[in-house]
Amino acid sequence: MRMDKKIRMKARKVEFFYGTTQILHGIDLDIFENNVTAIIGPSGCGKSTFIRLLNRMHELVPSARLKGEITLDGKSITSADVDPVEIRRKVGMVFQKPNPFPKSIFENVAYGLEVNGVKDRHFIEDRVVSSLKKAALWQEVEKRLHDSALSLSGGQQQRLCIARCLAIEPEVILFDEPCASLDPISTHKVEELILELKKDYTIVIVTHNMQQAARVSDHTGFFYMGKLVEFGRTEDMFTRPREKRTEDYITGRFG
Amino acid sequence: MGRHFREELEQLNSDILKMDALVEESVAKAITALRDRDPKAAQAVIDNDTRVDEMELVIDERCLDLIARYQPMASDLRFITTGMRLNGELERIADIAVDIAERVIFMAGEPLLKPLVDIPRLTAVAQKMVKMAIDAFIARDSAIAKQVLRLDPEADSLRDAIHKELVEEYMIKDPSTTPRAVQLLLIARFLERVCDHATYIAEDVIYMVNAEVVKHHPERL
Repeated sequence: MRMDKKIRMKARKVEFFYGTTQILHGIDLDIFENNVTAIIGPSGCGKSTFIRLLNRMHELVPSARLKGEITLDGKSITSADVDPVEIRRKVGMVFQKPNPFPKSIFENVAYGLEVNGVKDRHFIEDRVVSSLKKAALWQEVEKRLHDSALSLSGGQQQRLCIARCLAIEPEVILFDEPCASLDPISTHKVEELILELKKDYTIVIVTHNMQQAARVSDHTGFFYMGKLVEFGRTEDMFTRPREKRTEDYITGRFG
Repeated sequence: MGRHFREELEQLNSDILKMDALVEESVAKAITALRDRDPKAAQAVIDNDTRVDEMELVIDERCLDLIARYQPMASDLRFITTGMRLNGELERIADIAVDIAERVIFMAGEPLLKPLVDIPRLTAVAQKMVKMAIDAFIARDSAIAKQVLRLDPEADSLRDAIHKELVEEYMIKDPSTTPRAVQLLLIARFLERVCDHATYIAEDVIYMVNAEVVKHHPERL
C-alpha cells in the first residue's frame, strides 16, 4: 500500500485573470511532498499559467489578478503581506528554454547565493559544487567551471539551470516544459534527474509530452480550458482515466 | 493519436476476429470429428493448427509494434494488451481442439465405450462460452462477458458428472473398459479447459471495457 504523503502546496478555488479574460476557473489541487506532480493539457489550457502562480511569477504581468488561495505548508503564499522574493527562494523554477546568464558556469550557479547576500567564498564554492553534482552536471564541467555557460550544449545548459535553482536550496521545484528544446538523450538525463531530485524536493512539472508525464510523475492533473478536469495517481490516469475528456486527450482523440 | 493509429487499431481488431474464426472452426471441426468418429476430419484439425500458430505470431508482433511506435494510453493501451492476451487464449483453445482431434484418431480403431450424452452437452457449453466471450469483445460489452463467467460452474459440474459416471459405472465395475474410459475422461477435461479459456477471455474483456480487474477477485463480479 502506498502511504498518503504530506501535502506541501495546496490550491483552493483559484481563479486567475489577465485583465478581463479569465484563464483559470476554480482550481483545487494538492501537491504532495517528495512527489512529482505532472500537469498536462492542450496548449492554452492554463497549465503554465497555473504553475507560475505557485511562485508568484504571474505578478510580473501588470494586469494579472488572482482569486482564491495557494498555500505552502499551510501558509498562504498569495496574501499581500508575503514577500514574493521569499516565496521564489522556497519555490524555484526551471523554464522551457535553458536560460543561463552570459557568465561562467560557476557564476551562473553562484548567482542566486550572491543576490541573496552570501559573501563567504568557501560556502559559495561548496554550494556550487554540490549543486552541480545534484544536477548530474559536475563530471562534465568540473575542469571548465570558468568557461562561459553558453559554451555548454542545450541539455547541459538545462542541467546548469537546474543547478542554479538548487543552489538556493528551494523546497519545491517547478519545471515548465523542461525538455521541450532537448534531444532524447538530454531529455532522458533530465528525467533521470527529476526522479533523483524528488527524494529531496517536491516537484511540479508541466509537460506536453504525455509519455514523459507517465514516466516521471506520481500524480497527474489534466487541465482543459482553464479547468482541472481530473487529478489522480499517474498510473490510474494513463490506464483508466475517470473522465471522458481525459481519455480523449491522452488517447489523441481530441478535437 | 491520429487516423493512422486508429486504422492500425482497426486492423488489429479484425486480425483478432480472424484468429477467432480460425479457432472456433477448429473447435467445431474437432467436435464434429468426435461425433462422427472420423479420423480424417480429426487429422484436418491437426493440420490446420499451423495457420492458427502463424496468426498468433502475426497478432503478437502487431501488438508489440503498436506499443513501441505509439506508446498508447488508457483505453487504447487496454485494448492492445487485451488483444495480446486474447490472442494467447485463442491459440490455447486451438491447441485443445488438436488434443481432442488426437483422441479421436486414437479411439478410431475401437468401438465407443458408451453413447455420448454429457460430452455433447459439455461441447455445447464450451462453444457457447467461447462465442459469447468473443461477442463481448466485439461489442465491448462487459455484461455479456460477466454472463460467460456465470456459465463456468455449469461446465465444471458437467465434467464432474462425466468423471463420476466413467469411473463408477465403467472403470470400477469393469476394469477392462479403463483404456477407453480414460480417453473420454481426457476429452471431458479438454472441453472443460476450453470453458476456462473462455472465462479468461471474458475477464480480459471486462478489464478492457471497464478498466476493472475481476481476475482472482470473484467478489468484484
